[in-house]
Amino acid sequence: MKVSITVNGKEHHGDVEPRTLLVHYIRETLGLTGTNVGCDTSSCGACTIHLNGEAVKSCTLLAVQADGDSVTTIEGLAKDGVMHPMQTAFMENHGLQCGYCTPGMVMAAIGLLNENPKPSEEQVRLGLEGNLCRCTGYHNIVKSVLAAASAK
Amino acid sequence: MTITENKPNSIIGTRLLRREDPPLLTGEAKFTNDLNIPGALHLSVLRSPYAHANIKSIDVSAALKIAGVVAVYTGKDLQSAWAAPMPCAWPVTTDMKNPPHYPLAIDKVNYVGDGVAAILAINETASRDALDAIDVQYEPLKAVVDLEDALSDKNIIHKDLGTNKSYTWPLLVEETPGCVEEAFKKAKYKIKERYVQQRLIPMAMEPRAIAAVPQPFGGDITLYSSTQIPHILKVMSALTLGIPEQQVRVVAPSVGGGFGSKLDVYAEELLCMALARKHNTPVRWVEERTENTQATIQGRGQIQHVELAADENGKITAVRVRIIGDMGAYLQLVTPGVPILGAFLYAGVYDIPKAYDFSCTSVFTNLTPTDAYRGAGRPEATYAIEMAVEALAREMKIDSFELRKRNYIKKEQFPYMAFSGLTYDSGDHLLAAEKAAKMTDLAGVRAQQKKQNVPGATKLLGVGMSSYFEMCGLAPSRVLASLNYSAGGWEAATVRVLPTNKVQVITGTSPHGQGHETSWAMIAAEKLGVAPEDVDVLHSDTAISALGLDTYGSRSLPVGGVAIALACDKVIEKAKLIAAHQLECAAEDLQFVNGTFSVKGSPDRALPLAAIAFGAFTAHNLPDGCEPNLEAQVSYDPPNFSWPFGTHMCVVEVDTETGAVKILKYIAVDDCGNQINPLIVEGQVHGGVVQGIAQALFEEAVYDSDGNLKSSNLAEYLVPAACDVPSITTAHTITPSPTNQLGVKGIGEAGTIGAAPTVMTAIIDALSSLGVTTMAMPASPQTVWKTINEATRGGKK
Repeated sequence: MKVSITVNGKEHHGDVEPRTLLVHYIRETLGLTGTNVGCDTSSCGACTIHLNGEAVKSCTLLAVQADGDSVTTIEGLAKDGVMHPMQTAFMENHGLQCGYCTPGMVMAAIGLLNENPKPSEEQVRLGLEGNLCRCTGYHNIVKSVLAAASAK
Repeated sequence: MTITENKPNSIIGTRLLRREDPPLLTGEAKFTNDLNIPGALHLSVLRSPYAHANIKSIDVSAALKIAGVVAVYTGKDLQSAWAAPMPCAWPVTTDMKNPPHYPLAIDKVNYVGDGVAAILAINETASRDALDAIDVQYEPLKAVVDLEDALSDKNIIHKDLGTNKSYTWPLLVEETPGCVEEAFKKAKYKIKERYVQQRLIPMAMEPRAIAAVPQPFGGDITLYSSTQIPHILKVMSALTLGIPEQQVRVVAPSVGGGFGSKLDVYAEELLCMALARKHNTPVRWVEERTENTQATIQGRGQIQHVELAADENGKITAVRVRIIGDMGAYLQLVTPGVPILGAFLYAGVYDIPKAYDFSCTSVFTNLTPTDAYRGAGRPEATYAIEMAVEALAREMKIDSFELRKRNYIKKEQFPYMAFSGLTYDSGDHLLAAEKAAKMTDLAGVRAQQKKQNVPGATKLLGVGMSSYFEMCGLAPSRVLASLNYSAGGWEAATVRVLPTNKVQVITGTSPHGQGHETSWAMIAAEKLGVAPEDVDVLHSDTAISALGLDTYGSRSLPVGGVAIALACDKVIEKAKLIAAHQLECAAEDLQFVNGTFSVKGSPDRALPLAAIAFGAFTAHNLPDGCEPNLEAQVSYDPPNFSWPFGTHMCVVEVDTETGAVKILKYIAVDDCGNQINPLIVEGQVHGGVVQGIAQALFEEAVYDSDGNLKSSNLAEYLVPAACDVPSITTAHTITPSPTNQLGVKGIGEAGTIGAAPTVMTAIIDALSSLGVTTMAMPASPQTVWKTINEATRGGKK
């Protein structure tokens, strides 16, 4: 099936198998491997991207469902070699260790602040419920998101 | 000895941000499955749906007809591909039973997930589609799932062994023969407890991924793998496949967490290599999460019987421990050694006489093999002694902290020769514990508890604590030899000062989240007087870092980091000879400060390292016999393990109506000696603590009586999310290790070791007024509620 998807500001036209998941289209067809796959039950959130500005798990969508939509992946956040404030906040607060969950976590965190620019710690913890991290114990992830919120 | 003393401009000890982060944060980092490998065939593995069954027949004909499928192999087809069975590097006893274990099962499957057939296809979709098309006829056999059942030998899994017992490993230390028994006879207080360490799934966020790339001529092969152990994997895969070792190169690209689960030589790695060579084309494989829960090793899995004898003051006079260890269906790389790593720690942080009787019997079950998972034997041991000490305090009706104080090894006793003959390098348990108590406001919480935990109250407050000792930094090769470990415990480092005064550090450690690039650059920068950003750290590729023993057991800093410091010393030593030659003075008259050699007393006669590095490169003016270039290599074998320690405390509120446990406060006071980068140290503690909390409250690999894993994905296996866990308050005491020049100890596993008993003792403390004295892990709401009900019903009798 033909799809036309704008990814990180660039329009891509392609022919995809109907069963292709959006995450596989992003990783394999477009070669944007920053978006990771960590499970097969839509539980881990490693594949979180922005679809029309909203954080979604890209393993829960077929590529064809994103036809005509605008997608931002982790590769699309830094502008002119300068990291997005959320990426900087993660770096400054040691909000990542192995970094595998990180792209999804950063995308989810930006989505969270878009909806609630000044969340409490509890709201951050609840807001990131769909993203699992095995390294950090979340402590510094929460700290990163709160730092990004207060820097806004 | 602190290397930061008198050095206000020290880099060591600063919270330098991690250089690893930008590529990981921007999606530029390449994990194994991100590598673009043209022409690669995809491997899928058909796995047994039975825990125990004979394979009657395998029909692959339909699978071969699926478009894109290139080949299908059964275990029999590949029998000749293996020069040896899959390796177990830790035969803990000379008579240990170790069944042959091949990458694909041959006649019989022994756990759900055991590999039965390998499919190669032109893409992942085709190889997965073909899984359903293979027809395997099984003859199901009775599954052995329960450890005590396994021990009974009613159903024997590996018939040729004649038993399910793999080994019995005793450690009896007695001052005089029979003194343990005597101590129990004489004891005023005796404690006898049984604990179950449930099986855990390590669940690194990156599933395993592999790509084996053969070179077109000559038989060389490169294995890319999401592994913690590229060096060990290189040797072991060469031996298993019968390939000359120099033809194997192993690369671990970015690795997304390990926690021990990637400390192994796996069937899929060997299959990819064997099939890549057979087809002379790259072969890759990526694990699905469901496969990860079944075909990647699991952790823990022990039944512990612990007995303490104590005198009228609560001074522990003897310890007796009997363990049943769950090996799973086969022995993986270090499976049998895991309980042994805990064997020396069942006296915890306490000063006990030579009256210690430990024995572990390990058995096979029809379950996924176990192996090292964060802490490996040491969390289990710490849990047992700390829970038993709490039981002793309850028996004596005294405060458990007070009881610990009576038993702690005292600061002035260090270095402390333990009952086992091992020497604990340094420690101050009381200091760490008092700091934790102060930060917890222990007295305040106890007062609040009195007010809150009144009859009829449904929200009960509890305080828990655990003081731990960790034996890590694996470590002195001679000691490992005495434990029958097949490898050594050294680590290698090369330090090279380039002609432009930039530095290359090559390490044998293999990080997967620990920030070695940042920390190792800090060590070299401090030693050589250069900026950390001028130090490049190379690792995890056996073509670059030829020697190494990789990353596990909290060994990287106390062994690998110290090796780097020693290699820097050697570089400085050589540079000093060159400087002396060029400055026309004696080497012993030179001092090296902030990257410059100068003659003591004549600071104007000086040469910076930069000039010497360039001079060593041009080799125009070197002393006689001095080789060109400024580099040094070190293989460092530490004289002792490193012994980090600490005390964790937490405050919980237990809802007696729902069984829900809420952690209100978690305090971790850890002592890992000098810290290279406190930012990274804290991160290690946070993550470790949450994995320990997860064992206490959430996680369990649940099997039914037929050996089916009921928690085989992330929807069913409860890895905690951010909202399930508290913020962690970390603090440290600093007691440098006297055994290495950096004064450092490991910190990777400490959090996990401290946390589970801290949470569990808090829950029991909260419920003690209801008569609760025991609680199974994980303390899920259902388990807590049931335990309360059993205790209160029992109380009414």
